Amino acid sequence: MINLRIDAQTTDAVATPSQNGQTDAILMTRSLNFWYGSAYVLEDVNCDVRPREVTAIIGPSGCGKSTFLRCFNRMNELIPTARLEGSVVFRNRDIYDRSVDPVEVRRQVGMVFQKPNPFPKSIYDNVAYGPRVNGYKGDMDEVVETSLKRAALWDEVKDDLKKSGLALSGGQQQRLCIARALAVQPDVLLMDEPCSALDPIATTRIEDLIRELREQLTIIIVTHNMQQAARISDRTAFFTVAESGAGVLVEFNDTQKLFTTPTDPRTEAYITGRFG
Amino acid sequence: MSAQSTAAIPSADVWRPSQTRRRWSGWLFYGLAVVSTLMGLVMLGALLFDIVTDGAGQVDWHFLTNYPSRIADNAGLRSALLGSLWMLAFTAIIAFPLGVGAAIYLEEYAPDNWLTRFIQLNIANLAGVPSIVYGLLGLGLFVRWLALGRVVLAGSMTMALLILPLIIVASREAIRAVPDSLREGSYALGATRWQMVRQTVLPSAAGGILTGTILALARAIGETAPLITIGALTYVAFDPNGPLDIFTVLPIQIFNWVSLPQKEFHSLAAGGIVVLLVVLLTANSLAVYLRYRMQRRLQ
Repeated sequence: MINLRIDAQTTDAVATPSQNGQTDAILMTRSLNFWYGSAYVLEDVNCDVRPREVTAIIGPSGCGKSTFLRCFNRMNELIPTARLEGSVVFRNRDIYDRSVDPVEVRRQVGMVFQKPNPFPKSIYDNVAYGPRVNGYKGDMDEVVETSLKRAALWDEVKDDLKKSGLALSGGQQQRLCIARALAVQPDVLLMDEPCSALDPIATTRIEDLIRELREQLTIIIVTHNMQQAARISDRTAFFTVAESGAGVLVEFNDTQKLFTTPTDPRTEAYITGRFG
Repeated sequence: MSAQSTAAIPSADVWRPSQTRRRWSGWLFYGLAVVSTLMGLVMLGALLFDIVTDGAGQVDWHFLTNYPSRIADNAGLRSALLGSLWMLAFTAIIAFPLGVGAAIYLEEYAPDNWLTRFIQLNIANLAGVPSIVYGLLGLGLFVRWLALGRVVLAGSMTMALLILPLIIVASREAIRAVPDSLREGSYALGATRWQMVRQTVLPSAAGGILTGTILALARAIGETAPLITIGALTYVAFDPNGPLDIFTVLPIQIFNWVSLPQKEFHSLAAGGIVVLLVVLLTANSLAVYLRYRMQRRLQ
């Protein structure tokens, strides 16, 4: 089922300092290559994600943004033909190492999907799902309340926690999914175009929420919307499709710099709207 | 050729709107669909009317609590009704976990390779095997080889084999209807595969699984051929009290009465059919109710 091959030599990368000479990255990829069957999706991606920052991933369709994001919590391996080489280091440990259980990785690296996907259960049970599967023995009511508050949904739903999560509006459903992800207290939250199915008002609320959550955890967000990346992120990674057909990381810099003084002509072409 | 290559806008006369004809073909199809629906309903209605006028008078407490007899006035179907219920209970106990388990394996665990596809294809084929073949298998395997004899359990095991493909196919459909986004959502929270199946897939698929199972059991309660093959008796004048008692079932009792020459027994058969129909319709209503309740709980 799991066809992920780990390149043994790249595990040295654990100790390799990041570009600016510090090893403060919470997540690092080293020589990350990715295939779906024979399709080459990601080519040699090296990327350091700093803690308590919002990292945005932008790029044209088909450049492997979502695939890249899903490498961080080993979601790609649910697809039978997926194959990965290189390493993804989380807190100085290669999460693709044989000894690492993907279930444990996913508790620490949470995920919010493109389309809100609440379980067909009550709001309460949606939030309690993660703590329950992870054997949480503490006060569940408290976890549910805290998580819903952190996701800025508590005030809207506190009186009917028994109501089905599917009865909420799209924007509320997405915040429920964020609350659900926060309930297992992850260190990192991956967001795969979380606003693409939402209207502008719901989008604004999610963006506000992302700014608040930055104080508490590391967020990596894939977005099609460059204005959104500029509004909410500290650093931005620009991916594009290389000649090999695979996605490559072209430029990764402070959001401010990337959007005002891009160093690579491809980045400039993309952000000025000349392609993509 | 030249007319096509010049990208001119075609003149209006190439359009033949014929609104009338299109509207008529719409109505025609609507009519055909209604007639097809009515056909089934009318047949069912006629059947029910015929049976109920013949048999409803026969159905009373006496009919339900008496053993069969060669004197029509004394005859009842107590032993057949009990036999059917016993058989049904054990069929459910055997077939439900096996069927749902197989469906879960095939949908959630099995790798997508030729072997899995081969198994799936053959399960679908098994659903089409004539029931008499299952009867012969049951006779050889359970009655003779396991030496169970012609008892309730042998009948239940045979029936379980018969309806297993139906339960597997229905459960697989129900499981497949659960969107992958829920599976991903579950995994993303750190659920193991079994936790994902147990807490996300099964609750969502439960309505469909239960409906499929109950409909399959309804089929089992109406089957006659396999039980005649394994040698369920036609005349039983005592209560079957457990899985290892010999037994008869309602369809066999009905068949037995129909085959007798006397008119009175034919009325008894009609009464038996009414009882069988009531059991069947109760099972189907239960299926509808369970599905409704599951859906309401999930919305």
